[in-house]
Amino acid sequence: MSGWEAVVGIETHVELQTASKMFCGCPVVFGAEPNTTTCPVCLGLPGAMPVPNEEAIEGILRIGTALDCEIAEHSVFHRKNYFYPDLPKNYQISQYDVPICHDGSVEIDVDGDASVIGITRVHMEEDTGKSIHVGEGGRIHGAEHSLVDFNRSGVPLVEIVSEPDLRSPEQAREYGAELQRIVRALGVSDVRLEEGSMRFDANISVRRAGDVEYGTRTEVKNVNSLRSLQRAIAHEIERQIGVLESGEPVVQETRHWSEDLGATTLMRSKEESEDYRYFLEPDLVPMRVDASWQARVREALPELPAARRARYKGLGVDRRTAAVLAAAPDIADLFDAAVSAGADVRLSGIWVTGELVAYLRAGDRALDETAVEPDHLAELSAMVTGGRLSATAAKEVLGGVLDGDGSPGEVAAARDLLQITDAGAIESAVAAVIGEHADAFAKLREGDEKVLGFLVGQVMRATGGKADPRQVSELLRSKAGG
Amino acid sequence: MRGAEAADAAFAAGEVQGPLQGIPVALKDNMCTRGMPTTCSSKILDGYEPPYDATVAARLRAGGAVIVGKTNLDEFAMGSSTENSAYGPTFNPWDPATVPGGSSGGSAAAVAAGTALVALGSDTGGSIRQPASLCGIVGMKPTYGLVSRYGLIAFASSLDQIGPMTRTVADAVALLETVAGFDPLDATSYRGEVPSFGRSLEAGVAGLRIGVVTELTSEGIDSQVLGAVTSMLDDLAEAGADISEVSLPSTTYGLPAYYLIAPAECSANLARFDGVRYGLRVEGETTEEMMARTRAEGFGPEVVRRVLLGTYALSAGYYDAFYGRALRVRTLIRRDFERAYEDVDVLVSPTSPTTAFAVGERAADPLAMYYSDVCTIPSNLTGDPGISVPIGVDDAGLPIGFQVMAPALEEERLFRVAAEVERLAAFSARPALATSEVVAS
Ligand SMILES: [Zn+2]
Repeated sequence: MSGWEAVVGIETHVELQTASKMFCGCPVVFGAEPNTTTCPVCLGLPGAMPVPNEEAIEGILRIGTALDCEIAEHSVFHRKNYFYPDLPKNYQISQYDVPICHDGSVEIDVDGDASVIGITRVHMEEDTGKSIHVGEGGRIHGAEHSLVDFNRSGVPLVEIVSEPDLRSPEQAREYGAELQRIVRALGVSDVRLEEGSMRFDANISVRRAGDVEYGTRTEVKNVNSLRSLQRAIAHEIERQIGVLESGEPVVQETRHWSEDLGATTLMRSKEESEDYRYFLEPDLVPMRVDASWQARVREALPELPAARRARYKGLGVDRRTAAVLAAAPDIADLFDAAVSAGADVRLSGIWVTGELVAYLRAGDRALDETAVEPDHLAELSAMVTGGRLSATAAKEVLGGVLDGDGSPGEVAAARDLLQITDAGAIESAVAAVIGEHADAFAKLREGDEKVLGFLVGQVMRATGGKADPRQVSELLRSKAGG
Repeated sequence: MRGAEAADAAFAAGEVQGPLQGIPVALKDNMCTRGMPTTCSSKILDGYEPPYDATVAARLRAGGAVIVGKTNLDEFAMGSSTENSAYGPTFNPWDPATVPGGSSGGSAAAVAAGTALVALGSDTGGSIRQPASLCGIVGMKPTYGLVSRYGLIAFASSLDQIGPMTRTVADAVALLETVAGFDPLDATSYRGEVPSFGRSLEAGVAGLRIGVVTELTSEGIDSQVLGAVTSMLDDLAEAGADISEVSLPSTTYGLPAYYLIAPAECSANLARFDGVRYGLRVEGETTEEMMARTRAEGFGPEVVRRVLLGTYALSAGYYDAFYGRALRVRTLIRRDFERAYEDVDVLVSPTSPTTAFAVGERAADPLAMYYSDVCTIPSNLTGDPGISVPIGVDDAGLPIGFQVMAPALEEERLFRVAAEVERLAAFSARPALATSEVVAS
């Protein structure tokens, strides 16, 4: 794409995990029997009226504040009108010209290249139900009949709209990932892309490098993974460049990303695009978020991923580990507690982002389903740095701790993994090996370092692997007079 | 009847549930009643039984009232004659060749004829007051938000308000006190304490400043209606009120503003009737076709007209010229009223420019029909309370109503003046078709 520049903006939808839905008392749950968490309000029955959920407003304020937005003291809801079977009122309660949060930003970093992405607005709306098409592969065309599940109808939905500040598919992916990390850190949503609790629409255009005017854009709707987001945008950029280079204009339209085809296909052209006929929702009164509410939200914000990464950098944690930690607040909290309990930064970083993450993933477990405590990591760390436990054995001990077999000391003892730290015992094992392999030792004396490994191995074997190899090799060298 | 038996039993047991204990109440059929059909007089809701009670229905039941039936209306409350009903028109008990007004014509006729002692109606542009006027009863639209709209099938949400339709002002007070008050299910409902509205019914009007709205007592008002209103003004002056004329210039634009705002809101409110979940469904090849056919079949012509008008008024490119401009007019009218209330305590006018008109007379002329609400629409646009009290009959023996309007939440003052108008008018005529002595209370 040399000579061309891509311009991308992303609309991100996040379902909030509140106790109840946006405008009624129905619970927000995933995977319930169809149409079991509904009521007259979220079914859009005649006469039913919406009442806003304060917990959801608190949730969007947390997101908006974390994205450094201005918070509107007064904002209003509008009706967005369009007919669709899974939209029970055939209008969606949303926000239009006065969103609750606006003019924010988020910093992203792609391979050390940092950029600030503007956030145009963050607004509140309600989710729709879900259509289930029976027959013909689940697509609406050709389906024998369609069913609608309204459990999702009315779930609080936050829409985060970025400025067209993204310039590459990689940046777009990182932007999506950073939003996911931020929302997760805030604890307002589980942001599971595979379950649809976070999804993206991307607006994409290309222009000649150096041009100031934007090109004609297309919108790719309902992308539901970070990988798809990157691929869809990459494909769309390439497609648009192809169109322009063949002398044709890009047509403003809405497109659909097919993961199977690896391509975007036309959904609807601009002529077919809806006129949503927004108007003020007369069933609701303006929302008021006064200065003290705004201040309470600001004070209650947890440490955000960017701040965490910066703090870890200061602690000497490597970039990769810091990134993993910043993406997983619960694990990072464990790490922080372990370090303040005296654990070694490097070792505990390796353990929590390595063994621990693998352990959780393998068993599809959450951190709080394991038995590990910060003190365990501090103890384990002391055992390794004190030479009582090898780095390899430490990983096995950690596995036992996670399984609930006891403290690191107990697990190591029970599994006979403790190293010999008694200098006399190691000395006699070294002496025995020197006697047994006099030739090799002679070579070492002559300065042939190649045999060192062999001799250390022999000592380790003699001690059942419980000697500290570093200590053994030092001892051998000093005996060889090196 | 089961409700009535329960009320009898409660009486016998000495239980006191409220002032409406055992009282037969009729509900306009746009208020949801659990397990009782609620149709909005539309084919599209044929056979629909709501799974829940509207807040007003629940409060009536809790107060011991007996819901004796649901009353006819213009489909989705769109009309001023109760002729636009999928289930046939309602006639005026004073003369069945005339209409009872609308859209709460069924409730008005029921109370006038005595088939219900009191009734609830809903008023979006005059739908309580205008039929009350045409049927010779008291009809009152409370301040917007005073009565919960939860369970009222919306026509135009920013204008709709439920209110009492009764034989006397005192009954209207009792019925309103039973249903008014904050409802956590209606975000627009008034959160403050609801005062007792009937404290000043005997206080008279001495020293009260009454403003007569110039724009609503001139051109276009029937001379006999105007004559009755003028004579009542003389009586009020005699009773000690300070009568003056007040001009509200923006009210001239009330009618066109209303006929953009109400249809715009209704175009969204009625979008949910699509055959997907309840009510009528006319099958089609695709979902879109099913929806379109259901709506074409289910809605009557007046509903279709307003949905189209509203859709157009909100469309890109037309919003500012139509809906946006109507909202600005609404603000101007509010200001006119606020300014007027700096100088007077209440405003008065005829309720309807004419008495009951002949069945079919305005059916083919929507604009003539729309003009029926010219005097009542301003209170809906401002959200202020208004009441119609019968003050006499015209040469044909048809009732004439007198409208009193007051600032928001000044229901007590409104009822005080209405009670004096009621005393002065001593209106005792009864419609030809009234049922016997059953309701002579
Ligand atoms: Zn619900």
